Amino acid sequence: MSWFQARSDVKSWGGVLRAAHHVAGPQWRDEVGSVLDEARERKLTVLASGARRSYGDSGLNPGGALVDITGLDRILAFDPETGIVRAEGGVTFDTMIGRFLPRGFFLPVTPGTRFVTLAGVIANDVHGKNHHGNGTLGRWVRAIGLITSDGTLHELSPQREPELFNATIGGLGLTGVIVWAELQLMPVSSASMDAETVSFSNLDGFFDLAAESENGFDYTVAWVDCLADGDALGRGTFSRANHAQAGALDEDAGRNGRRFGVPLDFPGFVLNQHTVRAFNRVCYSNGRRKAGLAQVPLSPFFYPLDAIENWNRMYGVRGMYQYQSVIPVAAQREATRAMLEVISQSGQGSFLAVLKTFGTLKSPGMLSFPQEGTTLALDFPNRGGETLKLLARLDSIVAEAGGRLYPAKDGRMSAAMFRAGYPDWERFAVHVDPHFSSHFWRRVAG
Amino acid sequence: MRLVILGATSAIAEATARRFAAKRAHILLVGRKGERLEAMAGDLRSRGAGRVETMVCDLVEERDVRGLLDEFASLIGGIDQLLIAYGVMGRQREAELDPAAAERIFQVNFNSVAAWSLAGAEVFERQGHGTLLILGSVAGDRGRRGNYVYGAAKAGIAALAEGINHRFADKGPRVVLVKPGPTATPMTRGMNRGGPLWSTPDQIAGVVVGSAAGGGAVAYAPWFWRYLMLVIRNLPSRIFNRLDI
Repeated sequence: MSWFQARSDVKSWGGVLRAAHHVAGPQWRDEVGSVLDEARERKLTVLASGARRSYGDSGLNPGGALVDITGLDRILAFDPETGIVRAEGGVTFDTMIGRFLPRGFFLPVTPGTRFVTLAGVIANDVHGKNHHGNGTLGRWVRAIGLITSDGTLHELSPQREPELFNATIGGLGLTGVIVWAELQLMPVSSASMDAETVSFSNLDGFFDLAAESENGFDYTVAWVDCLADGDALGRGTFSRANHAQAGALDEDAGRNGRRFGVPLDFPGFVLNQHTVRAFNRVCYSNGRRKAGLAQVPLSPFFYPLDAIENWNRMYGVRGMYQYQSVIPVAAQREATRAMLEVISQSGQGSFLAVLKTFGTLKSPGMLSFPQEGTTLALDFPNRGGETLKLLARLDSIVAEAGGRLYPAKDGRMSAAMFRAGYPDWERFAVHVDPHFSSHFWRRVAG
Repeated sequence: MRLVILGATSAIAEATARRFAAKRAHILLVGRKGERLEAMAGDLRSRGAGRVETMVCDLVEERDVRGLLDEFASLIGGIDQLLIAYGVMGRQREAELDPAAAERIFQVNFNSVAAWSLAGAEVFERQGHGTLLILGSVAGDRGRRGNYVYGAAKAGIAALAEGINHRFADKGPRVVLVKPGPTATPMTRGMNRGGPLWSTPDQIAGVVVGSAAGGGAVAYAPWFWRYLMLVIRNLPSRIFNRLDI
């Protein structure tokens, strides 16, 4: 019996590209080998697929096979003394928080959603608001079980096959199927955060706050009103936080709260210049009003958008583009200012604009995105050529500043842009499994 | 609560085990594939289960089921629930052409399940309490051309469960035959599994756990299959035979 089911409507989180795939959903690790065998016999290229939270096309393989590992969802072992967990690749961060936060451990690094798989966060070497302290997730991975298309199970670690280990961290699912991994968790003493919100009136204000906060706060991030211009260019709200020292471990109020769903794709007119401007204005004044110290539950702090299921559908059937860049320290002020100016002038406001400084900690991942400097994350409703033109203008600023874009969020950067941003890409390419591919990879490396 | 699961790596069994683990049950997992049982055991422990043990065993090949069941129970300090969850779908056409293929379907789904059910009934009657949970199927309610060999085996189990229920009538133990409708498990891979009549393993597990706590001797899963099958069972043959179901 075939492992694969033909599906015509597979899309990624941004929703711009939807395409037909052959999808297999093994439930056990020992089945992955035969899934890969069948794909090879049918001459299908393969890509490992998890919760599909990547925005662009790095998680898609149109016409080819997807090995959906969400059925591999078992925690294999946990040591409450050391906080080391070994789990199958399809285990989500949501699951891990539910199991281990009550026992005093949290994720050492987490992206802005908890609905991601362990394999997915490794394959994208995700970062969080604590990059300046903890670096990327890849630094906390102790070992990886990777099945390649020849059926071999590789047990990778910094000591065993270190090159393939480093290629797999941030390797976009191209080196094989991550069937298990071992992760070092971080001890915490409560499920609450001591958070402080401070507003800043322009871009310099952001950089001052970032520099001032990096020593005293584990987590820092800023939201920017990207429609403000002139003297107010780059104004926004800065959030900084630490895990609270006191408080219960099992009172993560946000996690089990009610989730609102977006039941259908919103029509295109809902998000327009005026609604985005109004939203940003309200956010900014809210931030000013609520400024100050507060103790907040962990989930709404880390995962505000998780409260709305399928929030991506607000962008309608045409979907949205995410754009996340990082600019090295030397050029960070000028380039960030230039990007905000271009966006402000375009009037195509980004609904959410997030600004953060990355620290010096290096990831083992060959294709890892973060580097020391400043990262700006934006999202734009897909308006076709108009949007692509704006993004191309941002590209030229990023390229000139020696920066690069985040593949997990990208669906359109040029091959030249990718290769300039990731000079190690050819060293990585050697480790791409000969039967694996993705739309993204064909676009930038093909 | 001490639960023994025969055929523990089936999708419905695993989903059921997860729900029992959250209730801090002690669980013994019995199946053929040791690595899978170990993976499941680790996961159930992290979900809060009490003792979790595994036992590699080909349940269909075993002869001394009474002795083995006592041994299973002793591994987790006794037995309050026995879930019999294994089965094979087989291929209907193959079973029509090849007696050995038909025999295999009967062997696994009837002979073997019946032997373990009888052993469980004996253990529970002896100790005066316990719940025997058997996974049947709506396919046992009326023979259909698409899978009547499998259905016949499941119908046999239904009669057996009915008899055990009669036997337990004035005693402490209970028996529940859970009859799932079509469910998206590896057993049905390759079928066209869309539509409102298909269930997830976890939905079925909810019914299993609920019926372990109390209720009647037959539990359809989900509940609406009781009424759908009531209609289908009572259709006159001249109408039923014209349907392509």
